[in-house]
Amino acid sequence: MIPPSFDYEAPTSVKEAVAILGKNPEAKILAGGQSLIALMKLRLASPEVLVDINKIEGLGYIKEDDGWLKIGAMTRESDLDASDLVRKKYPLLADTPRVIADPLVRNLSTLGGNLAHADPANDHPATMLAYGAELVASGPKGERTIPVEDFFTGPFETSLAQDELLTEIRIPAPDGKSGGAYVKMERKVGDFATAAVAAQVKLGNNGVVEQVGIGLTNVGLTPIKATAAEESLRGKEADQAAISEAAQLASEAAEPEEDPRGSVDYKRALVKTLTHRAIKAAVGRAQGGKS
Amino acid sequence: MSNHHISVTVNGAVQEADVDARLLLVHFIREDLNLTGTHIGCDTTHCGACTVLIDGKAIKSCTYFAVQADGAEVSTVEGLAQNGDLHPIQEGFREMHGLQCGFCTPGMMISSVALLEQNPNPTEDEIRWGISGNLCRCTGYVNIVKAVQYASEKMQE
Ligand SMILES: Cc1cc2nc3c(=O)[nH]c(=O)nc-3n(C[C@H](O)[C@H](O)[C@H](O)COP(=O)(O)OP(=O)(O)OC[C@H]3O[C@@H](n4cnc5c(N)ncnc54)[C@H](O)[C@@H]3O)c2cc1C
Ligand code: FES
Ligand code: FES
Repeated sequence: MIPPSFDYEAPTSVKEAVAILGKNPEAKILAGGQSLIALMKLRLASPEVLVDINKIEGLGYIKEDDGWLKIGAMTRESDLDASDLVRKKYPLLADTPRVIADPLVRNLSTLGGNLAHADPANDHPATMLAYGAELVASGPKGERTIPVEDFFTGPFETSLAQDELLTEIRIPAPDGKSGGAYVKMERKVGDFATAAVAAQVKLGNNGVVEQVGIGLTNVGLTPIKATAAEESLRGKEADQAAISEAAQLASEAAEPEEDPRGSVDYKRALVKTLTHRAIKAAVGRAQGGKS
Repeated sequence: MSNHHISVTVNGAVQEADVDARLLLVHFIREDLNLTGTHIGCDTTHCGACTVLIDGKAIKSCTYFAVQADGAEVSTVEGLAQNGDLHPIQEGFREMHGLQCGFCTPGMMISSVALLEQNPNPTEDEIRWGISGNLCRCTGYVNIVKAVQYASEKMQE
C-alpha cells in the first residue's frame, strides 16, 4: 500500500517546524512514523504536508533537572528501555516501553508520538497520568506546559494546537520511598493492551501511602485517571484490604467496550486484577528502596 | 507532491536517486535498487519480513519513507556475505535448518545481526525477545534460535 501524495519538509529547528505547521492547516508531524504511516497507507490520514521532525537536533534526551525527569519528545522507546537512570529510579517508566510493540518498532517510535497520537490503546498515557507528568508544547508564541490530565481530550485528540509541537515530557523526580509498576495484559507480543494499569506510589515512614497515581489503558475513549481509587488508597496502609478496595474502584472507573479482545465484563474484571497487581508491585518496589 | 534527491549508502555503495516523498524505503530497495532479498509480507508493520538496518538499527522498511533515509547507511540481506563467504548468521541458518519456505529469513537474519551487535552472547530468552518483531509461519522458531546461537558462538571464536 502506497500512501497518498504529500509534500515532505524536514525542518532543522522547532521554530521552523512551527512555521510550516502554521502555514498549512493540513500538515502533520512525522515522528517515528510507526502509527502515522500505517494510517496514511489506509487513507485514514492524508496530510498535504508531512513535517519530519527527525532532523531537528536536541529533541532526544533523558535527564534529571530541577526536580524533574525531562525527556525529549523524540526519545525512542528503545532509548527509554536502555536508560540506566530510568531503570534505577523510574521503574514504572522502565516497564512501559518493554510492553510496547516489538524491538523493530521501538527503534523508531517516540515517547512524544505515543502521547500525541492519543490512541486510547497507547501505553504511555496511563503511565504519565500515574506520574502526574507535565507536557511542554512549543508553538508560535513560545512554550507552554500542559498538565497531563488536561492533555487527552478524546480518542486521537489532544489539547495541542495544530501548529504546536510536543517537545518535552516532565516527570516529577521521585523522593523518599517511591515506586511504580505498569502491568499489561496483551494477547501476544506487540499487541495493544486488552487492558493495562499504571500505578505510582510514595510511602511515608510509617508505611502509609502518601501519594498515589493510577492510570488505565484501553478501557475507555481516553486514558483514565482512576481518581476514586487513588483517593481510597491515600492515607492508608497498603494492605490487602486497601489494595482490593482501590482495585474495585478502578474497575468501576473503567468504561470498556466489547471488541475482539474481550467483553465488557471481562475487561472490567481484568482492570481489577491488574490494578491489584500494579499497586502491589509499586508498593513492593517502594519498600525495596527502589524508587 | 514533492520530489527529492537522496543519497543513501546501501551495503557500502552510495546510491543517488530522485524519489517521490511517498516512496517507501522497501519499494526503493526492491524496485529501484533491485535488491529483492528484503521482502514485503504484511505491509502493515507487523511481520518484519522487510527488516533492514538504518545506521545499525533494525527497522521495518515498509514503515519508513525512502526520503527519510537520505544521508543514512542502509544494510540489507544482500550485504551480509562478504567476497562469497557467508556471514556467520547465514551459515547458522543453513547449518541449523533455520528456515523452511525462507520468506521470513532475510528479516530474521538482519534482526539477529542487530541483536548480536548489541549483545554478542544472548541467552535463549534474549534471542526470542530480540526477534519478537519478526514472524515465521513455518519453523516454530526453535531452529531459528539455534541458528542465532550458532552465529553467536562462531562470531565469538
Ligand atoms: C506492530 C505495532 C505494535 C504496536 N503496539 C503498541 C503498543 O502495544 N502500545 C503502544 O502504546 N503503542 C504501540 N504501537 C504504536 C507505536 O508505539 C507508535 O509508534 C506510537 O504510538 C506513535 O509514535 P511515533 O513516534 O511512531 O509517532 P508517529 O506515527 O510519527 O505520529 C503519531 C501521531 O502523533 C503526532 N505527533 C508525533 N510526534 C509529535 C510531536 N512531538 N508533537 C505533536 N504531534 C506529534 C503525529 O502528527 C501523528 O498524528 C504499535 C505500533 C506497531 C506498528
Ligand atoms: S512487510 Fe514490513 S513489517 Fe511486514
Ligand atoms: S521459514 Fe517460512 S515464514 Fe519463516
